[in-house]
Amino acid sequence: MDEIIVESPTAGDLPPTGQMLGLEPAEKPRSMFRRGLEVFVENRLAVVAFAVLVLYFLMCFLGPLVYHGNTSHVQMDEITLPPGPSHPLGTDQNGVDELGKLMKAGQISLEIGLASGILASVIGMLYGAIAGYVGGWVDAVMMRTIDALLSIPLIFGLIYLASTQGRTKTVFILVIALTSWFSLTRLTRGDTLTIKVRDYVAACRMMGGRSPRIIFRHILPNTIGTTIVNTSLSIANSVFALSVLSYIGLGLQAPNDDWGGMFANGSSYLDQNYWWMIYPPGVSIVLIIISCNFIGDALRDAFETRLQKR
Amino acid sequence: MTTYLIRRLFQSIVTLFIVSVATFGLMHLMPNGVARAMLGRNYNPQNLANLNHKLGLDKPLYVQYGHWLDRLALHFDLGYSYQRNQSVNDLMKEDLAQSIYIVGLALFFTIVLSVPLGVVQATRRNTVTDYTITTFSFIGYAIPVFFLGVVLRDLFQVQFHVIPIAKQIDSFHAAFSQPAQMILPVGTLVVSGVAGYSRYMRSSMLDEITQDYVRTAIAKGATKRRVLYGHVLRNAMIPMVTLIGLSLPTLVGGALLVEQIFNIQGIGVLTIQAATQNDFVIVLGTTMLTALVTVIGSLVADISYAALDPRVRLT
Repeated sequence: MDEIIVESPTAGDLPPTGQMLGLEPAEKPRSMFRRGLEVFVENRLAVVAFAVLVLYFLMCFLGPLVYHGNTSHVQMDEITLPPGPSHPLGTDQNGVDELGKLMKAGQISLEIGLASGILASVIGMLYGAIAGYVGGWVDAVMMRTIDALLSIPLIFGLIYLASTQGRTKTVFILVIALTSWFSLTRLTRGDTLTIKVRDYVAACRMMGGRSPRIIFRHILPNTIGTTIVNTSLSIANSVFALSVLSYIGLGLQAPNDDWGGMFANGSSYLDQNYWWMIYPPGVSIVLIIISCNFIGDALRDAFETRLQKR
Repeated sequence: MTTYLIRRLFQSIVTLFIVSVATFGLMHLMPNGVARAMLGRNYNPQNLANLNHKLGLDKPLYVQYGHWLDRLALHFDLGYSYQRNQSVNDLMKEDLAQSIYIVGLALFFTIVLSVPLGVVQATRRNTVTDYTITTFSFIGYAIPVFFLGVVLRDLFQVQFHVIPIAKQIDSFHAAFSQPAQMILPVGTLVVSGVAGYSRYMRSSMLDEITQDYVRTAIAKGATKRRVLYGHVLRNAMIPMVTLIGLSLPTLVGGALLVEQIFNIQGIGVLTIQAATQNDFVIVLGTTMLTALVTVIGSLVADISYAALDPRVRLT
């Protein structure tokens, strides 16, 4: 009746395999984001661009807490003053302080730009993944629809939507997002077509994983690099689209105008040479767009797996 | 080739069909409908019902779509603006010529400038010249057209008076007879166009330079000049054809802003005015027209691509 005790070796008793063979302990594998970050930081231009964006955000959202310029009421004794000690960027035709206005307008430009840029990316990513994953005639119809929508010049689509749907922040976010998600869709669909035939997707399906799980847990995470790159370009695009709409007079109404609106207002006084009403908002738009483009380029080097250093 | 043509033509028709459904759908997404927008201050329920009946807006949607498509496809009738009491076709006839003139000039100069620039960059790859042109084209590409236009106007018309400020250009004759007034609007479009096109031309040249036939040509003793201009350039031009076709919508969009900045009454300004006056019929008309031009543009580009490059397999 002896009990047989089988002693199983526990993990602690075994020497580490690597050490046994006389090897150094392996370096911890770096995550995709860690590797991406390293490549990104190497790109000086992108770091500068990122700093510009951060500075603009600080100026627009925290600036008004420190700097109190008149942005709300008409002051007839202070109209169209050039930049000076009391008004660092001068005043406009109503005596409104330009620096204060630049901050307020910047909030609107950046908010709408960010929101619609991100929304466009989400729509584009989902649409592309679904079209690519489902395939067949659904894919054909979905992609032909995009071809058709792409053949309407962006500005005409924007003008049409903005003029018919009333002008609130939400409408602008939706309108701009709805006209700018097509390019990401094509990229994501392409990625999806190559990912969905991989073994791990087949394995997931075999274990009973259903389509939504495959799309959200396996396909989309593998296309996220493309999406991140595209989002930064898409934000630049949205800031541009909003300023175009405001420039042609179809943007948000006067007290809530964005940089495009300020720029339009300033450039109507071009012949009087009130340069301080034109260049600050104009240069802000250009800087944001260029910065987002540089960041997008650097992110492409960092996250596109094909170009990645390993 | 014939099969390809038929297939591609069929695709274009499908695309146009979807565009027409989308635009028609958008028109009916309008808050309170077309009639409400047309009535403006004359709105009361009775007037609305009358107008809806008169315009056939009380019929089922698919019947309305049928009528709309019938007028559009068979008679190319883009609709009637009740606000201006003029048909959209007539309104466009007045403005189309100067828009086409500007876009045409811009396209011409863009190609004439960006092809040599691309060639220079490709043949002197990674030299100071290449980097300088690259930097400028990156900046030119990122600057929004409206900002560039205003800066150019400020510099040349306000600060240095190089070009006189003129009255509104409202006819083809006015545009054609004042070439000095065309410099800035066309120049604005050309700068942003060249920025993009020369990049494509550069990479297209670089693609061709590494091909086997280049090595063969050099091996058989052809001069560098002959290889470059006789072989490489001709092949590198082919992708540009597609690019021109595909960039038509951007060009049309840019022309719209340029017209607004330089006070030219063209299709773009017509659209903007109509949009600010809630005259949606005109906006729809110009949208449909530009979509049509775009579809035809990409169709022609694809066909000429296939015709120019025998390597493209037509299946």
